[in-house]
Amino acid sequence: MVERTRGIDIACHGILFLGGLLVCLPIYFAFVVGSHTVSEVLAVPPPWLPGRTFFANAATAWEKGDLGRLFVNSFIVAVGIAAGKIAVSLLSAFAIAYFRFRWRMLAFWLIFVSLMLPIEVRILPTYEAVANVALPLQWLVDALDVGRWLGIEIALDWNMMNSYGGLILPLIASATATFLFRQFFLTVPEELAEAARIDGASPLRFFWSVLLPLSVSNIVALGIILFLYGWNQYLWPLLFTTDKNMATAVIGLKDLIPQSDTEPAWNVAMNAALLVMLPPVIVVVALQRWLVKGLVDAGK
Amino acid sequence: MRASTSLSPAMPGPVAAVPRRRKVASAGGTRGLKRAHFREARLPLLLLLPQLLVLLLFFFLPALRALSQSFVLTDPFGNSVQFVWFDNFRSLLASPEYRASIGVTFWFTLAQNALTIVVSLVLAFATDRILRGRGFYRSIILLPYAIAPVIAGILWAFLFNTAVGPISFVLHGLGIDWDPNRHGIDAFLLVTFAASWKHICYDYIFLIAALLSVPPSLLEAAAVDGAGPLLRFVRISLPMIGPTIFFLVVMNFVYGFFETFAIVDAVTHGGPGGATMILVYKVYIDGFVHIDLGSSAAQSVLMMIFALALTVLQFRYVERNVNYDV
Repeated sequence: MVERTRGIDIACHGILFLGGLLVCLPIYFAFVVGSHTVSEVLAVPPPWLPGRTFFANAATAWEKGDLGRLFVNSFIVAVGIAAGKIAVSLLSAFAIAYFRFRWRMLAFWLIFVSLMLPIEVRILPTYEAVANVALPLQWLVDALDVGRWLGIEIALDWNMMNSYGGLILPLIASATATFLFRQFFLTVPEELAEAARIDGASPLRFFWSVLLPLSVSNIVALGIILFLYGWNQYLWPLLFTTDKNMATAVIGLKDLIPQSDTEPAWNVAMNAALLVMLPPVIVVVALQRWLVKGLVDAGK
Repeated sequence: MRASTSLSPAMPGPVAAVPRRRKVASAGGTRGLKRAHFREARLPLLLLLPQLLVLLLFFFLPALRALSQSFVLTDPFGNSVQFVWFDNFRSLLASPEYRASIGVTFWFTLAQNALTIVVSLVLAFATDRILRGRGFYRSIILLPYAIAPVIAGILWAFLFNTAVGPISFVLHGLGIDWDPNRHGIDAFLLVTFAASWKHICYDYIFLIAALLSVPPSLLEAAAVDGAGPLLRFVRISLPMIGPTIFFLVVMNFVYGFFETFAIVDAVTHGGPGGATMILVYKVYIDGFVHIDLGSSAAQSVLMMIFALALTVLQFRYVERNVNYDV
C-alpha cells in the first residue's frame, strides 16, 4: 500500500461486503426455505428467517430423491472423469512435448482441435455413438458371416447407455487437460531430460521418476477442477436417466423441483439443492489454494 | 500473468531459444518440442493411443456424423435418406426461429459478459486495495464456482418465482409486474443474472492473480507523481492486465454460448416465446424433442465452426501472452 486512503479503503470493504452478500443471498434463501414446512413456504409473506424443520426436510429429500445411491454415482463419475482425464492427458502431453516422431504435428492438431468443443455442441451424435459404440463392428461381423463359422449368433451391441463408462468417457474426450500438462512440461528445465538421457534412463523411466513427481501440484489442482466439473455435469447425465439408478445427484435434484402440476414442495427441493452442492462446496473451501492455482495455470 | 508459458517455440528462456530456432529451421514439426527430447517411433504413438482412441470414438466420429447428417434429409422413421447439399443450412438460416435464437444468444452473451467482467473488475480492484480480510472475501466470492450451473439456475428461479419467491414478493410489493413466465424481458434478465452470478468468481480469480503481478515499482512511481488509487488502476493496472481481460472476455463468451444450457433448462426452458432460446438449447430441443435430425446436425456444425474460431482466438492470446516481468 503506497498511501493511506481511509475513504477508499472503507468503500472497498463496502463493495466486497455487497459482493459477498449478493453471492450468499440465493444460498441463504435456499437454507431458509429448506428449513420450513410446505405451508410455511407458501404463506404470504414468504418466510425471511430459517425455520425448524431443516433436518426433517433433509431426511425427506434424501429418501425421496434416493440421494444415497445418486451420491455414490456422482462420486464415481466425478472421480472417474478426473482420474481418467489426468491419466490420458499426462501420457499424450508427454508424447507431444518430449518425442520427435512422424505424425507428431498431426497428433498435435488432432488433439487440440477438440480444446473448446464442449459436449453440448455435439450432443446428438455423441448420444448415438454411446448408444452403440460397436455399430461399425457389427457390420463387419455380419458381412463376414463369422457367426455361422462358430455356430453361434453374434449380436454385437456394445450399448454404453446407463453405464459409468458411457457417463465418463465422452466427458474425457477433450484436450483441456492435455493442453495444461503440455504447457507445464514446456517450462520444465531442459537439463533434467538431458541429465536423464546421459544417465541412460529410458523415456518411461524419466517420465516416472522425474516428470511425474514434478507434476504433482498440477495434478492435484487439475484434479480438483475436474472433480467439480464432473460432479456438476448436467446435460450429458440428463440424457442417461432412462435408468433412475444410474442418474447423478444433480439429475436427482432436478427431478425434485416442483413443476406446475405437482405439489409445490420447494422446501424439500431447496434442501436437496443444498445437499447436492455440499460436496463440491467443501472441496472448494478446503482446497481453495490449489483450486486457484489450477485455474490460473489452466488459463495461461 | 507473470509466468512465460507460451505456445511459441521460444521456451523457456533466452538460453534455450537460440539452438531451438535453428532446429525449427532445419526440420518442420518441432513446434512446442523440448530441446532435449527423445527420438522413438513407437512409444509416443503408444502413449497417444488412449487419448486418440477416446477422441476418435466420442469426438471425431460424432463430429463427422453431425457433418454427414447436416447434408442429408432423413424422414422421421429413418427409412429413407436423401442427400440435399446445403438445404439444411439454407432452411436453417432462413428460419425466423433460428434467426431469433441467434439474436437472443448475441444479446445474452454480450450482457452476461459485460456484467460479469465489470462486477469482477470492481471486486478485484477492491480486493487488491484492502489489507485485512482478503482471504475471507475471496472464500465467499469463490463459492459459486462449486455450484453446478443447474443449481445456480434453480436458486435464482426460486428467488424470482412469482408464487413463492421472496424477491418476486418484494418486486410485486413495489408495484412491478414481474413475471418471467409471461414477460420475455424478465426471463432474459433472470437467466443473465443467474449466468453472471455463477461465473463472476472465475473472472475474479484471474483478475486478482493478474493485479498481483503488476510491478509495484510502477505503481509506487505513479503514486510519487501524485496519481491516486483510482487513476493508478485505470492508467497502469488496467493496461497491464489487458491480456488477461481479453482472455476472460473470450472465456466468458465460451461460457455464455455453451455452458449456460443448464441454467436455461432450469429457469425458463427457452421461453417464454423463445425469449431465452439460446443456440445451444435450440440444438438440444430440435434434436431430442422435435427429432429434426438434419436441422440439429446443421446447427451442431455451425456451432462447431464457431467454437473453432474461439479456440483460434484463445491460441492467439496464449501466443501473444506478454511477459511483464520488469
